[in-house]
Amino acid sequence: MNQLKNFTKGFIKENPVFVLFLGLCPTLGTTNSAINGIAMGLATTFVLVMSNFVVSLIAGLIPNKVRIPSYIVIIASFVTIVDLLMKAFLNTPGPHFEPSTYDQLGIFIPLIVVNCIVLGRAEAFASKNSVLTSLIDGLGIGLGFTFALLLLGSVREILGSGSIFNMKFIQGDGILLFVSPPGAFLALGFLIMLMNRLSKKIS
Amino acid sequence: MAKKESTFTNMILTLFLVTLLSSATLGFVYELTREPIESALLYKTTMAFNIVLPEFDNKPLDEMYRVAYKKDTFNFYPAVKNNEIKGIAVETSSLGYGGEIRLIVGFLPDGTINEVAVLENKETAGLGDKILKSKSDWSVQFEGRNPKDFKLSVTKDGGDVDAITASTITSRAYCEALQKAYDALMKGGEK
Repeated sequence: MNQLKNFTKGFIKENPVFVLFLGLCPTLGTTNSAINGIAMGLATTFVLVMSNFVVSLIAGLIPNKVRIPSYIVIIASFVTIVDLLMKAFLNTPGPHFEPSTYDQLGIFIPLIVVNCIVLGRAEAFASKNSVLTSLIDGLGIGLGFTFALLLLGSVREILGSGSIFNMKFIQGDGILLFVSPPGAFLALGFLIMLMNRLSKKIS
Repeated sequence: MAKKESTFTNMILTLFLVTLLSSATLGFVYELTREPIESALLYKTTMAFNIVLPEFDNKPLDEMYRVAYKKDTFNFYPAVKNNEIKGIAVETSSLGYGGEIRLIVGFLPDGTINEVAVLENKETAGLGDKILKSKSDWSVQFEGRNPKDFKLSVTKDGGDVDAITASTITSRAYCEALQKAYDALMKGGEK
């Protein structure tokens, strides 16, 4: 398989959020700001790359009937590693005692374990492909997921808080609906519509 | 490599090895991150003290004591400089609109509010979360006020506090938490 195509497919053609509709729970739950979206996306990317790597490495050694439990244990270990690392290094509150990135993402970090994207890639891709192809696939899909979360987070932050990356550009409040959970559904719906238009035009 | 057959021993052996390797890795990472995690948590608490208390040279966290008032007990953290009490930070909470609001309030020895930091809140984004200093200047109105002659309830209820527009419940809860902390400071008995 062409490795470049393998890498770029995660962004538009097989974007986990806009096309495959996987991992929507963290997508809707963590994207009230652009930075949260990026942090969540990168945490997931790390788990995806590492689990794809390990699964493709040992897939031949695992008996068929216990492959799902084995994959889950591998994925859960990497999620715990991310959780520990973020708790240690992304846990500094802001100058006015704003909650740290780790506190803001909260429960959604441990919940990467049950993110369909991660197990889906391990089961459907990494277990059948070579180590390098699986690594690139994990990176592409992960960054595609990050891209989707960044897009949704930016839209919601711009419309909802009138700021981007915590830099305010309007006085007062934005359209508060977009910061609240229903706004996540609305913004995602419109983004999916736009992305479908875009991918139709490209192909 | 040929796929291993799903025999009983194969399956047990595989699962055993996978879990063994995973737990070994996790143990290693846990040891590696233990100290940074501890210092991050410590930094968080000391940062709260630095915000709400005037200058001090002791360790408020180690000198914590509990004070009971009415049904609640409160954690008190004294700030001392040159053997003189400069202020006391009180941990307090109340029920807001979206859940518990936890505050840490820095009082000067005479009961004047120095500064307040929000430890935890689940208030509505864009409305109730204006209690956070990063979101609005609303909480500044409490600084330097003494609840003795600054009635800690919203103007609607006859107090001196300007409520957050469209978030009266949050504002009431915030005031209630401050009032509880003040009462505990003034009238509470040590426990």
